[in-house]
Amino acid sequence: MNRKSRLVIIGNGMVGHRFIEELVERSNPQETDVTVFCEEPRVAYDRVHLSSYFSHHTADELSLVKEGFYQKHNIKVLIGERAININRQNKIVYSSSGREVAYDKLILATGSYPWVPPIKGNENSDCFVYRTIEDLKAIEATAKNSQRGAVVGGGLLGLEAAGALKALGVETHVVEFAPVLMAEQLDQQGGQQLRKKIERMGVQVHTSKNTLEILAQGTHARNTMKFADDTDLEVDFIVFSTGIRPQDKLAKQAELAIAPRGGIAINDHCQTSDENIYAIGECASWNQSFFGLVAPGYKMAQIAVGHLLGETKHFEGADMSAKLKLLGVNVGSIGDANGRTPDCKSYVYLNEDEEVYKRLIVSKDGKKLLGAVLVGDTSDYGNLLQLKLNDIDLPEKPDTLILPAHAGAEKPALGADALPESAVICSCFDVTKGKIAQAVAAGNHTLADVKAATNAGTGCGGCIPLVTDVLKAELAKAGVEVNNHLCEHFEYSRQELFHLIRIEGIQSFDALIEKYGKGYGCEVCKPAVGSILASCWGDHILKPSLVSLHDTNDNFLGNMQKDGTYSVIPRMAGGEVTPQALAALAGVAEEYGLYTKVTGAQRIGLFGAQKDDLPDIWRKLISAGFETGQAYAKALRMAKTCVGKTWCRYGVQDSVGLGVDIENRYKGIRTPHKMKFGVSGCTRECAEAQGKDLGIIATDAGWNMYVCGNGGMKPRHADLLASDLDYDTLIKYIDRFMMFYIRTADKLQRTSVWLENLEGGIDYLREVVVNDKLGINDQLEADVQKLIDAYRCEWQETLNDEAQLKRFKHFINSDERDSNVVFVTERDQVRPATFSEKYPELAGDIICTTAEETV
Amino acid sequence: MTAQLKTQWQSVCSTADLVEDSGVAALLNGKQIAIFYIKKLDAIYAIDNYCPFSNANVISRGIIGSLKGQTVVASPIYKQHFNLETGQCLEDSEVTLNTYPVKIEQDTVLLAI
Repeated sequence: MNRKSRLVIIGNGMVGHRFIEELVERSNPQETDVTVFCEEPRVAYDRVHLSSYFSHHTADELSLVKEGFYQKHNIKVLIGERAININRQNKIVYSSSGREVAYDKLILATGSYPWVPPIKGNENSDCFVYRTIEDLKAIEATAKNSQRGAVVGGGLLGLEAAGALKALGVETHVVEFAPVLMAEQLDQQGGQQLRKKIERMGVQVHTSKNTLEILAQGTHARNTMKFADDTDLEVDFIVFSTGIRPQDKLAKQAELAIAPRGGIAINDHCQTSDENIYAIGECASWNQSFFGLVAPGYKMAQIAVGHLLGETKHFEGADMSAKLKLLGVNVGSIGDANGRTPDCKSYVYLNEDEEVYKRLIVSKDGKKLLGAVLVGDTSDYGNLLQLKLNDIDLPEKPDTLILPAHAGAEKPALGADALPESAVICSCFDVTKGKIAQAVAAGNHTLADVKAATNAGTGCGGCIPLVTDVLKAELAKAGVEVNNHLCEHFEYSRQELFHLIRIEGIQSFDALIEKYGKGYGCEVCKPAVGSILASCWGDHILKPSLVSLHDTNDNFLGNMQKDGTYSVIPRMAGGEVTPQALAALAGVAEEYGLYTKVTGAQRIGLFGAQKDDLPDIWRKLISAGFETGQAYAKALRMAKTCVGKTWCRYGVQDSVGLGVDIENRYKGIRTPHKMKFGVSGCTRECAEAQGKDLGIIATDAGWNMYVCGNGGMKPRHADLLASDLDYDTLIKYIDRFMMFYIRTADKLQRTSVWLENLEGGIDYLREVVVNDKLGINDQLEADVQKLIDAYRCEWQETLNDEAQLKRFKHFINSDERDSNVVFVTERDQVRPATFSEKYPELAGDIICTTAEETV
Repeated sequence: MTAQLKTQWQSVCSTADLVEDSGVAALLNGKQIAIFYIKKLDAIYAIDNYCPFSNANVISRGIIGSLKGQTVVASPIYKQHFNLETGQCLEDSEVTLNTYPVKIEQDTVLLAI
């Protein structure tokens, strides 16, 4: 066949997109013409975390498609275009815009639609469903003019929706037909425990309620819900979350076989009754059942791609276990959670004080785990799931698996070694233990590397403890010593050295290397230790004993540029600068012939300063009211801000004010790597705070605190640490976050990588910063305060010390300047001359040039 | 004063001008030379100030230390290491900086080029 084969995919949801990723990874996309119909106005996004849209309000955050991914692989995505008919005989798909697309193979990934019970009045404009970003936008708009909302349906999605309503600030009701919540996943006791917890959070739960009618009238609210037991409830709006149905309309029209309970019937290869058409995800029915979770859909995507490529793997059903956090409550459900297997036995642990409920359902002979329910504490989920999935024999006393540590019996460690190679560790991305082992063998020795190489742990994140166990076990097996030593001079990690220096009060590099190291040090350990000494003792960075430790940037208080000149960047906290200061800055730039540019940090940089001019330049800047901006240091650089409510008509808080405060509070503190802050005055996020180490976004009620974001080479969106904080609490949390990072990060580790490697991730960090899990918060705050008190402008200090200034001369024995620093003019300003501009006669291999020729 | 000194050694600066465990730059016969003083060893080194990787006169502003038993300076721009005794670059065997005889006599730093 000469022409490329044509593949058409209908549906660009999570599973449809996963199919494409799988295809691109496993085949040469150049060999296939791929066309995708995407009915929604945006490409695939994460529907599992849909409700998080309300905390950040950007659809981009939820997107699953890396920028440029489709273009790069030449995949044609028809956004906002619906496939309306399939002609199987001619193999053509017709679209809503009249387009005709021919296919050789067709993939149906049409997903599901929310099922709304036939209640009178359910088409009222105050009634919604909860599935797409468009649905959420509509709910948000209505919530703005409402006091009370109800979710019909107390299942998994219903509670997710209830969480969203609560976040929108309306009085929230959950109306459930069954007598318990989450009847699919939890037993009765578990459902009750969950209900108690949710009610305590202010969500009102109504069970055994059969809604008959919604009347568009009411005394206290816009609508009245009428129930079969003659009671009613007045609410302003209603969200239906009463289950989903496979979206099989197109398949029906095309006369493909449909399963008795709905869904496009598929075989073990995910083929429909037409061998050229596959169906995957929620629209498909395998063995007469369809799957409303994403993991089985992902598995189908894999199987279908495999089959297209000639593999013969079979879909073998899917595990419907789930671990989630609903309204802040941890809930886990494994296998036969309701104990429906004949003759099964149960073990139950109930702690009403801490609101924890756990139940194990085991086989008659007590050897195998059949199911489990976990409410309030899901820390055992990973282990239990592995026991179930891999059919591992239970320990002699299975209840030890769910008893708390204080019960005495040691929890039997499952141990990564006990798991077979085929054990699926990460079910979101179907990553087996074997795949992780391979990644480790290929040199990925940190959690962050393993995550990047295998995707394990990058979905729901629930498997991270287990991934860590497997990583450790594999490293131990391979005899790889995990070496986080600072360098060849110190057999300690940065974190360990920090503690030694702090606890033993070590004040100098020499004392430290004498006691804990060997050799004279190097350009890795010297600046790292210099930074720790500064972080611990707040010493002036230019203290003579520290000079030899620092990078030239810290020593000359400017960033060295490629030609050996320095940048001059004074602080402009929050990006504010007065016209007078700006004029003074312009005067200095002009006088010393410096290239002038607004930097990426909302301040102005002057470039091309000669070392021996630096003191004079700074003397002038300081007398104009400037101070050093620490642009040369591994320290806080700046807080980027938007103008906030002071000027902006959308702003809800004074973002510039806060930005100035926190920049001034933390300036000069030496951190393991540079840090950047951002403060936005509203959710429009004009300061791009979520791309910063610390991002703060104003809300109506206060400030949301995001941590560990990054731009740069590996962009990472910051994680929400805490919401709606008042000013004082926010500052406390930042103090603790900063000092915890300073204490525990590795050398030159940005906060984003630090968090990726932190066992327990953002949840653990929250436990430490918010709930004082380690009991060190008073100390962290005190340490920060000490550093704040010790702050002095490093340039001012330097200018006051005549002995320091000598070092700024270019030559120790001459007043001449470096003749190799040559400028040319470009766009009306100077720039360093290139090598061939300086030495036109020497064009060629620059490495061969010797000093004589160039001095 | 010995005959040798008159012909070869030139006074560059006083020891007070040196920065302990760090470097300074000197200009001698139109040549830029980086001088380092390691206090612990009471050792002084002189090497080209010109870094051929960055084409800039920056070696004197690098951090000194030891690597695999060699005493080295790390160029501050792209961090290549140079052996202070031989000038040999540790990352690229084809690159060597010139090193120069240097000594301290009665608080004066003397250099021969």
